[in-house]
Amino acid sequence: MTEALGGWTLAALGEPGKVRPVVTAPAQVLGGGGAEVDPLSDEVVRLAADLVATMRSAPGCVGLAAPQVGVAAQMFAVDVTGHPKSVTVHGTFVLCNAKLVEASRWRPGREGCMSVPDLTGDVKRASRVTVEGVLPGTGQPVRLATDGFEARALQHEIDHCAGLLFLDRVAGAHAIYQRKVYL
Amino acid sequence: MSELAITVIGPDRPGIVADVAGLLAGLGANLTDSTMTRLRGHFAMTLVCSGPAVAEAEAALAPLSVDGQLVSTVREVRPDGPQNPAGEPYVVSVHGADRLGIVAAVTRVLAEAGGNVTDLTTRLTGPLYVLVAEVDLPAGSAAGVSTRLGEVATALEVGITLRPAGSDLL
Repeated sequence: MTEALGGWTLAALGEPGKVRPVVTAPAQVLGGGGAEVDPLSDEVVRLAADLVATMRSAPGCVGLAAPQVGVAAQMFAVDVTGHPKSVTVHGTFVLCNAKLVEASRWRPGREGCMSVPDLTGDVKRASRVTVEGVLPGTGQPVRLATDGFEARALQHEIDHCAGLLFLDRVAGAHAIYQRKVYL
Repeated sequence: MSELAITVIGPDRPGIVADVAGLLAGLGANLTDSTMTRLRGHFAMTLVCSGPAVAEAEAALAPLSVDGQLVSTVREVRPDGPQNPAGEPYVVSVHGADRLGIVAAVTRVLAEAGGNVTDLTTRLTGPLYVLVAEVDLPAGSAAGVSTRLGEVATALEVGITLRPAGSDLL
């Protein structure tokens, strides 16, 4: 297993992706969880490119999971490059069938989500994680250790793939808020 | 369709929420936004619902007050209430020895800056008084508010922090 992303780049996905509409709660696809995918299939590679394109089309968005574009599949795109809270940054990447294998140093933070556009919530997440998954296009398994904001983003997206929203993890009854700042 | 603001307060006991929600559901009232908590042993709830008329809701909730414990009020509100222009979200935390006027002094600073308090909780536990407030501040005003809060903190001999509450879009 590769310890990090190795030489994987978006070139592994071929053509640039297309921007897809983002699904918002209470759409059923957000609550059902996703099936594991074949990272070498044409359909999965195309979806990976579309996730990157859709994520990049939304200002401030640092992650997007397949259920958020209406596909019940275990894959997501992440890119926290340039975010002020980022410490370790692995650039733009897509993971298939990702699992959280280590998590420590839990910290609270306020999260918003493109699929829950009008609310934010306080969620406790691990600030150090190790995630295992498979890269689309190459099928290369990876083991990714990261921290800070990238760790939070990975946990948020893995939750999407399991049918969970940040609303399922808020700290308490008074930990959700009307969203006040629209990027 | 009318929209009602309803409050219920009284000594806490199990089942208040179920009773109130059940009575309103029986009327066909749809609960939209609500907040409920316990304040020094009193259960307090405020909710907005749509559907019934004021008189219908008052009649339905009347059984709650028969034993003189719970008090409920019902009034009609305009749907979607007034929308204040969005500011920058901040959290104010205050903690220190209890004394008269902490809430008044802190919220006066926020009001003078044009800030809108959107949520506020205070708790007194033993000698410790804690205030946590969410406030929308006008763009660019936070530094000045922070300075003024510092002056209030010195005068009241409490600790006050002001920090951004902006969420991250994931």
